[in-house]
Amino acid sequence: MGYALPDEGGHFGRYGGRFVSETLMRPLLELQAAYERLRQDSAFQEEFSEDLRLYVGRPSPLYPARRLTERFGGARVYLKREDLNHTGAHKINNTVGQALLAKRMGKTRVIAETGAGQHGVATASVAARLGLDCVVYMGSEDIQRQAINVYRMKLLGAKVVPVTSGSRTLKDALNEAMRDWVTNIEDTFYIIGTVAGPHPYPAMVRDFQAVIGKEVRYQIMEFEGRLPDALVACVGGGSNAMGLFYPFLDDPAVALIGVEAAGKGLATGRHAAPLSAGRPGVLHGNRTYLMETDDGQIIETHSISAGLDYPGVGPEHAWLKDSGRARYVAVTDDEAIEAFHLLTRVEGIMPALESSHAIAYSGRLARELGRDACIVVNLSGRGDKDVHTIAAREGISL
Amino acid sequence: MTSRLADRFKALKTQGRTALIPFITAGDPEPRITVPLMHALVEAGADVIELGVPFSDPMADGPVIQKASERALAHHVSLTGVLAMVRDFRAQDPHTPVVLMGYLNPVEVMGYDRFAASAHEVGVDGAVTVDLPPEEGQELIAALRSHAIDPVFLLAPTSDSERIRRIVQSAGGFVYYVSLRGVTGAANFDLTEVVQKLRLIRAQTHLPVGVGFGINSAEMAAKVANVADAVIVGSALVGRIAALASQPQRIVAEAAAFIGQLRAAMDNATASATVSGVRR
Repeated sequence: MGYALPDEGGHFGRYGGRFVSETLMRPLLELQAAYERLRQDSAFQEEFSEDLRLYVGRPSPLYPARRLTERFGGARVYLKREDLNHTGAHKINNTVGQALLAKRMGKTRVIAETGAGQHGVATASVAARLGLDCVVYMGSEDIQRQAINVYRMKLLGAKVVPVTSGSRTLKDALNEAMRDWVTNIEDTFYIIGTVAGPHPYPAMVRDFQAVIGKEVRYQIMEFEGRLPDALVACVGGGSNAMGLFYPFLDDPAVALIGVEAAGKGLATGRHAAPLSAGRPGVLHGNRTYLMETDDGQIIETHSISAGLDYPGVGPEHAWLKDSGRARYVAVTDDEAIEAFHLLTRVEGIMPALESSHAIAYSGRLARELGRDACIVVNLSGRGDKDVHTIAAREGISL
Repeated sequence: MTSRLADRFKALKTQGRTALIPFITAGDPEPRITVPLMHALVEAGADVIELGVPFSDPMADGPVIQKASERALAHHVSLTGVLAMVRDFRAQDPHTPVVLMGYLNPVEVMGYDRFAASAHEVGVDGAVTVDLPPEEGQELIAALRSHAIDPVFLLAPTSDSERIRRIVQSAGGFVYYVSLRGVTGAANFDLTEVVQKLRLIRAQTHLPVGVGFGINSAEMAAKVANVADAVIVGSALVGRIAALASQPQRIVAEAAAFIGQLRAAMDNATASATVSGVRR
């Protein structure tokens, strides 16, 4: 494989790296060493594959969405069904991997941050299965909005800690989880939920999620006998997109398109699209595109989808954007909701609002590419968790 | 080249005293208090002022300093605004070193060279960038040095000899030993561990070594004064400021009184230690 990033220090070009306080340097170096070792360890890799097969339910199907394709009137659209995974999203792939690593490193306690609660639930699930103590940090705003996931985590035995600092959302939950980690580094493993954070997290999470793209490479052959013309995935932190894109980085004929949340529209400033409308800076341990003020303060984001509501993005996406290997676009709340309804009605599949952003853009793309082309869209999660949000928008109380 | 920081530490050494370095967040609880507060801290016995630059995501700070950042940011205190405060302070006090402490992103947005040049121009002496390890910091360190600003670095209980060596190679002014695991303001201070670590650090550098994180009383400051070159007091002071946020007219006097107590306790401790010969 030609693509060989990140470098030793975790850099993707000028992005990534390890921007943390000195107290975290040793635990990060230890984590990196442990991960490097286990990455080459066939017993570890086999255990990971077995867990993905038997616990997560992989491989997830690649589904030819024929009625959606007809509706779009262009390229054939395939959906990678990460919504069918255990716990309902791609998040579980990564938590299974990191929890195995935690266990191998002798840690007895795992912590995580969560926005919508999907990563929290996925972490609480693997912690329950491996008998690890689990604490999940969640912004107090998000706790209000995601009561069901909070209760799911509690049922799974996790302690959910409300975060009341800053904007009380995902970014603040991440800050708080880092503070916990720095205080409890001896026994605690921090399971970051996306391809962000300090090295080695962006590369490690990508590697655990790469199973998505690896499966697509052989699954598409059954239908098309060739690689797809384009891959489409939503991007908040960007882990489902990196997992899909990574195994195709050395196939220049496969276009890679990440879809950010344009919220109420890029022009309004009320969005969560740092790649489309932000600029480079340093947050949460890495250099990447951010949404920030002219003074370098991080600003609050907006998206109807809690999972995309984050002011940064994984550093590898920043690199892929600058290098031109991937292209990033943005889709508004309204367009995502329209796509949610469309997929629900024509295919009988209710997508997560995050994934609905990718569906929305794939309509535009399918028409552009025309009927000879085929595209794969990552259906990163299922929409059950969003039913309340949809209902509330339509003035219905459940 | 001589610097205010080097001069100050040299003078203290001659006197057999330990530096007292209070930390306050610029603009907390309101911008107009900061400069008078800095002068009052000096008057009360501070040798160096550590001035926090507020940031929206202070990942390495505990709740006390997080809230200080939030109070300052409610007044839109920016890095540019903090530099202006130092300029005002410097107009009255040409001697007391000022060290800025904050996170990288505001500096990144301003630009390294522009930051270093402006900081020098207004009279800043050192800069601690909490989330910038030397591995990532060479470009900023070069910019700071070219404008005669000392790059001050943190060392942690988790820093082994190899990391200490690497960090002191990049450091200037003094090094700042974070005397406990965790965030600022936590409470698991262990003097014996500090003494052991200081020995390790001093084997690698001639720079003065300050100790901070978790020092919250005159008694504790006195103990640390006997083993370190500087005592850094952050959360304990900022917590007192927070308690008076609704009566800002009382902040300057009470903060000064607290620093005065620490000063007296430290000087007593170092004086008796010098007499009895335990001080190094």
